[in-house]
Amino acid sequence: MRFFEDLQLGQRRELGTYTFTAEDIKRFARQFDPQRFHLDEDEGRNSLFGGLAASGWHVGSVCMKLIVADNQRLADLARTRGEPIVLGGPSPGFKDLRWYKPVLAGDTITYSSEIASLRASASRPQWGILQVRNIGINQRDELVFSVLASAFVPRRNNG
Amino acid sequence: MTLTFEDFPQGHFGSFGPRFVSRDEIIAFASEFDPQPMHLDEQAALQSMLKGLSGSGWHLCSLMMRMMFDGFIGRTASLGSPGVNEVRWLSPLRPGDELMLDVEVVEARVSQSRPSTGIVTFKCSVSNKSGETLCEMVSPIIVERRDGSGRAS
Repeated sequence: MRFFEDLQLGQRRELGTYTFTAEDIKRFARQFDPQRFHLDEDEGRNSLFGGLAASGWHVGSVCMKLIVADNQRLADLARTRGEPIVLGGPSPGFKDLRWYKPVLAGDTITYSSEIASLRASASRPQWGILQVRNIGINQRDELVFSVLASAFVPRRNNG
Repeated sequence: MTLTFEDFPQGHFGSFGPRFVSRDEIIAFASEFDPQPMHLDEQAALQSMLKGLSGSGWHLCSLMMRMMFDGFIGRTASLGSPGVNEVRWLSPLRPGDELMLDVEVVEARVSQSRPSTGIVTFKCSVSNKSGETLCEMVSPIIVERRDGSGRAS
């Protein structure tokens, strides 16, 4: 995480990759989304997805996991440089989430993030509000996931 | 009986729950998917904007999915969802919350590209016991029509 003032429209970050194993997909699905095509290979093959498919909420939660890991890397970098560590705020929500293609067992998704808008918070002067377009691309270079997410980011001079 | 497109007319569909959420669940989800201090550690969380330990928004959405499954998706001829129009996280998920899910059908239309199915757009809102709304979501789900199976109707 960086301060609001350090962010620019269009800035892009590679967030990392994640391989969805059949075991991961079923474990998440058993807990949160036990639809048949998320739990069983044959049911997945016979569904619109064409294979054992990860729950869309799993695909989104992994994006969050990689965002937090990326922020941790930025914090570690700041620490080694003796700069202040920036702790991000909560998110008011997201818009326009699309599951373009299924994420099937064995797929490796590469996630990235691009800044889509920046504005000062009217009600909280020590915070800015950031919108980022997060996307996920599979190993065949197909877009599988996209979301326009918002988050509070602290301002540098938050007197 | 399996629910099909015809079972989702516009209007209020139903209320489901309660679903109790423990501190351990909140920390387990956050440890795997959203390990920010505000979701993991009471002391750090007190310093955060949310002023106390709160669950990840993605955890809340995943719990909402499970409540939808238990409430009706599990007995619906659902073919999946193309996405989510909007999610608003309005109040934090707290340890010990008992969640209620309220479901409304905002639009139901036959799919043009796949006429054996319909697209049902739901507005779901999750609230706690004291009636605070924690989360609102608008999302379409593809549902088979009763006279579907690819035949012209």
